[in-house]
Formats: sequence, C-alpha cells, structure tokens
Amino acid sequence: MTKFEHKDLLGMGPLTVEDITLILDTAESLKAISDREIKKVPTLRGKSIVNFFYEPSTRTRTSFDVAAKRLSADTLSLSASTSSMVKGETLLDTARNLQAMRPDLIVLRHSSSGAPHMLAKEVEAGIINAGDGINEHPTQALLDLFTIREKIGRISGLKVVIIGDISHSRVARSNIIGLTKMGAEVTVSGPPTMMPSGIQTLGVDVVPDPARAVRGKDVVMLLRIQLERQSKVLFPSIREYASFFGLSNDILRRANEGAIVMHPGPLNRGVEITSEVADGPYSVILDQVANGVAVRMAVLYLLIGGAKGDNVDQGR
Amino acid sequence: MITWIRGGDLVDPVTGTVEQTDVLIEKGKVSKMLPRGVFHGDDAGITLVEASGKMVIPGLVDMHVHLREPGHEYKETIASGAMAAAAGGYTAIACMPNTVPPNDCRAVTEFILGQAERAGAVKVYPIAAISKRQAGETLTDFGELKQAGAVGLSDDGFPVVNSELMRRALEYASFYGLRVISHCEDRSLSGNGVMHEGVVSTRIGLSGIPDASEDIMVYREIALARLTGQPVHIAHVSAAASVDLIRRAKEDGIRVTAETAPHYFTLDHRRVIGYDTLAKVNPPLRTPEDVEAIKAGLREGVIDAIATDHAPHSSLEKDLEFDRAAFGMIGLQTALPLTLRLVRDGVLGLADAIKKLSWAGATLLGVSGGRLMEGGDADLAVIDPDYEYFFDSDRILSKSKNSPFIGESLKGIAELTMVGGKVVWEKR
Repeated sequence: MTKFEHKDLLGMGPLTVEDITLILDTAESLKAISDREIKKVPTLRGKSIVNFFYEPSTRTRTSFDVAAKRLSADTLSLSASTSSMVKGETLLDTARNLQAMRPDLIVLRHSSSGAPHMLAKEVEAGIINAGDGINEHPTQALLDLFTIREKIGRISGLKVVIIGDISHSRVARSNIIGLTKMGAEVTVSGPPTMMPSGIQTLGVDVVPDPARAVRGKDVVMLLRIQLERQSKVLFPSIREYASFFGLSNDILRRANEGAIVMHPGPLNRGVEITSEVADGPYSVILDQVANGVAVRMAVLYLLIGGAKGDNVDQGR
Repeated sequence: MITWIRGGDLVDPVTGTVEQTDVLIEKGKVSKMLPRGVFHGDDAGITLVEASGKMVIPGLVDMHVHLREPGHEYKETIASGAMAAAAGGYTAIACMPNTVPPNDCRAVTEFILGQAERAGAVKVYPIAAISKRQAGETLTDFGELKQAGAVGLSDDGFPVVNSELMRRALEYASFYGLRVISHCEDRSLSGNGVMHEGVVSTRIGLSGIPDASEDIMVYREIALARLTGQPVHIAHVSAAASVDLIRRAKEDGIRVTAETAPHYFTLDHRRVIGYDTLAKVNPPLRTPEDVEAIKAGLREGVIDAIATDHAPHSSLEKDLEFDRAAFGMIGLQTALPLTLRLVRDGVLGLADAIKKLSWAGATLLGVSGGRLMEGGDADLAVIDPDYEYFFDSDRILSKSKNSPFIGESLKGIAELTMVGGKVVWEKR
C-alpha cells in the first residue's frame, strides 16, 4: 500500500496522483461507517483536533466535526468570535497558544489566502486547509473527485466544466488542480470579469458562454455566486447573471448523456442554478455532502492515524 | 589636520572615469585630488585611509526613503535610518512625508532637520507633502516649506487622485524650483490587490494589482507635464509599460524623470510564492519581463535614478496573514550590492551605476553631493566591490528587519562612509 507522507494538507498542489488515489480509496472504505447503526470507530481515540474557523462556515465545519467524531477523536471548535482574535491577538499568537495545548491537527478556515501555509511553518500540529481566502479548499476538491469517481466510475478522460466566479473561488482553484492532475479535461466558464489573469496556464480551456461550454461535458460543476462578497462591478445584476450564466435544464440538455451536476453549496436557487436542475435527476449535490464526511475522515486518518498506511478500519 | 585617502580607484559619475587617485581632505572639504604617487605627506598631522584595491565613490544620495519619525519611531527613527544609510554607503537621503503627523508644514520639516542634526550621521533632506494631510484636496504652503528646508514635494503613499490638483502642484512648484515626485497608482484599479496581477497571483490565490494601475497614472503625469511645461518625477517605476511611456515622453522632449528601486530589477512576482510577506511591496514585484524592461530602462537612461524606497515595518506589520501585512521593504544596506550586481551582469557600466545611485538623485533634488570635486564637501564612501558576505539580520542597522534579501549572498559593501570629512561608518 502507498504511504501518505504529509504533515499538512494545504492544497491540491503538493498531492501526487498516488496521494489523491489513496485518499479516495481510504474514503471509500470509511464511507460504510456512516451507514452503520453505531457510526463510530475508535481509530483516532486519544487524538485531538482543533476546528479553527476564522470565517463563518456551517457545512465544512460540521462535516469536519462529524468526521472527527466518527473516528473517536476529541474535537474542539474555535471561531474568530470565541477566540482571542477579537481581542486583537494575531493569528500566529493564537496558533502558538493552541500549539502549547498539543493538538494533533488544526483544521483552519481563514479569509486570508496563505494563512494555513503560515501556520504550518509555525506549529508542530498538522494543518488542514479548510478554505483559505480565494486560494484553495482541498477537501472540497477531494470530495468532488470522490463523487465523480463514485458516480461515473473514473476521473481520467472526463470532460468537466466549472461555471461561475473563477477569480474568487477557492473551490474552482482546488478542483482545477485536482481534476487536471487526475487526467480530466477542464473548461472554465463565466463572465470575463470573473476570469483570473492567465488562468490557461493552469491547463484549462476558457469558454465564457455556459451554453457553449456545457456541450459535450460529463460533469457540470457550479460555483456559488457570493452575493454578499462580490464587488458591485463584476456583474450588473442578479437577474442578468441568472439569465446568461445560470444553469437551466435548457443548457444542461447540451451536456453528455449521464452527465452529473455538482455544487459546493450553499445554493443560490434561481441565480447560478435553477431549482429544476438542483432537484433534478442529474444533481449529485446531496451525495457531495455525504461524501464530504467520508473524505474528511480519510484525510484525518491518513494525517494522524497511527502508523501511516495501516489498515484503516482497525476498530471493526 | 589632513585626511589622506590613498590609492583608491576614484569613480567620477559625471565624466564616467575610474582612475586611481589620492583624495586629500581638509576642514570637511576635498582639498586636492591627485594621481597616485604625487603626494608624499609626512605622517605628522595626517590621518591615512588606505584605499588601494578599493573604490572611492561620491557618497550615495537616496531620493526616496521612509524614516517613520515622527509617529512610528518603533519602526525607524531618523537616527536609525541615517545610520543604516551610512552603512549602505549613503551620505544623503531624502525622506518622504508620510509620517504621523505628515510633513505638510514648517514645524514638521524643521523637526526632521533638527533630529537629523542631532543624529549626526548622514544629511537628511525632507520631502514635503503636496497636499495638506496628504489628503489630495489643498496644496501645502510650498514656499514656506522650501524656506524651512524641504527639497521636493510628494504625496508618496497617497497618490494624488485629483488631476487638477496635480496640475496646479506642478505649476506652483515651478515658482519655487521644487520637483514634484509622483507615486503613480490608480487605487480604484489596485482595489484590494496585494501582489502583481498575473499568472502567479492566479496560481496562489492572491488578489492582484494590475500593471495598468501604475502606467495609467504615469501617463497622466506625462500629460500634465506636457500641458504645464513643468518637470515631474515618477517614483519607483516597476512596470514595463511605464518604462515605455517614459521613454516616449522623453523622446518628445517632455520634462519627465524617473527612478526605480533595486527590488524591481532584482526580484519578480515568483518571490511571493509561499506567501512571504517580506516580498509584499507597493508597487508589487512584477513579471520577469518587467524586470528586464526596468534593466533596459536603466541602461538606456530612461530611468534616471536608483532610489531605495526604504520602507521599514516591524514584525507587528509583517508577521501577519499576507493580505493583512503592510507593503514595503527596507533597502538602504542592499542597494549598493544589488546595483553592483547589474554592473557584473553587464547591464550598467560602473560609473553609470554609481551615477544613478548618487549624482542623479542629488541633481534631481537640487542638493549638493553626488560627485567629488576639489572644494566640495568630503561626502564619500570607500567601497570594496568584491567583498562577499551573507546578508543576515545582524547586519541590519534599521530598527526594522523587513528585507527579502536576508540570507542571501551579496557582493560589495561600504567599508567607510564620510560626511563632511567625518567618518560616520566604518566596517569592522
């Protein structure tokens, strides 16, 4: 069995194809735990994990918390408002204080790109990037890869389109890196105001019009339009965005037979996705959520679970 | 009492010559410059500085530093900045007005000069604000500021948005012979950017500052210089597009001059990978192509001067998340070795390089120095261009240690710096 030789999970960049395959395989064997009557194994008993969410998050924080608890790790949740950061303490000081309590892992969500990288240099505990600014969100990409593999059976050779604000999306960046690494062909689509400079250098095609970009694709991945965050000049109105860049059944029809529709949530129904698509037969959005727990269990296990590369479900 | 600097290779940035010369100093002035072997002093009453195998250069003149006093003395004081300058081979520095309070009135200008006098290291020339509180609304009292000792005008750090105000500043400053120095940046285009907008910012997920944010304003200043017929100086040029605009303007006879800083011809945006806040600076480190354009601009004389934009920040502003950290890096002790690297790489001739570090700044600001002449102030440095060393933070005399060159191997150092015949720095 391949070994997972990382202290941290900071992004998709440092992972090899073997690393990613190992995470997905591990997640597959751990997924069944969530279907049992007793949804808990003692694998990470005695380990402590800090969920440090400097930025609000419900889905990701809950998912990490559930994943840790199913593996019997002790968890502690901190948010910006409960930490001393509201008292003016710097991130590094907060991290050093946490380190003094000797956690095994710190799961960090932060509004600044590179914040987990800074922490990783400073503390002994492993760091999992649970989303940093507009940079990366690697566990989201891993759960998306897992879902694609589960639904379609492979990743390599698939044609994937990502639609939305590519510039400001950590989900897009992590998925672009992960998907291309795993051999998928990636197209990005959306208004030119939301296309970052030189995105082609990441190995993707740019087709701004979703109606054209969706044609012949196996996976249609949508990004959340951050209504609260987007500056006022990126697009003129929600109405115009919805009519030119939102995914409707009309557009989805151009995708390949058996194509799946993905969204990292939370949904803006009627903006980037119509309800008929979100609730339709091609949507795998809720599977993504379920798989999120399994993938995060796999990541926690591989980073701190006993001797690296041991049998996963040793508590069986 | 005579000081005899014996046998060094004297660099004259004006004639472009480098010749072995003895320099004699009396009462703070250069009394004689003689070919080696002509002067034979008896030892009595002579202080000998042996410089053979070394170079004797006019003291460097930096037209763009931030000294943080008054207001942020924990980052730098006039005294600590002046000592760092001396150690870098500088004998004169011009400090930007963005202090707290800003240098927008006689009292602050006089305070700066008083502190510099007390520090007693290098000459410090205050640059006053263009607008009161650097708010971009009302001109400062140019005449009074000049009387108090200001040598130039700039709202560095707070670009003048209002084009009419900039136009009037150029016109009004001409009456007093003060040069206006522009920090060219369209802040609405920079937005919340923290590094150069390009393939690296896209890859590492940081918000970008496009190069157009600089060259839009460079073009505005050129247009205003043409309109008014008055000179304008462009600070810290970082982008290839700006170099092109300045080149064309100069060809058209428009009175525009420019400076760049060593980091813009040494580092590019890839240095930011890893989120090292020491590489966060404004304008940002740009692409390798921009770096080449800056070098070409220096070589062709499009860029007149090399200034440091020495910008001290403490760990309080730098040990933070990248987007929260302050912009800026120190540079007084690295400018000489980094510029000598251009000489070794064949980009600039030695005398031309020294000229951009000394004579250019002095003449642009209309202050003395920048060239050694009989009868002139003995402001000079003895440098060893071949001395190789690791630049570690222990060498830094600034109060702040925010240099991206820490840990690098550098070549070339000031062994001795003299201001008005007085030794203000000597390498141990």
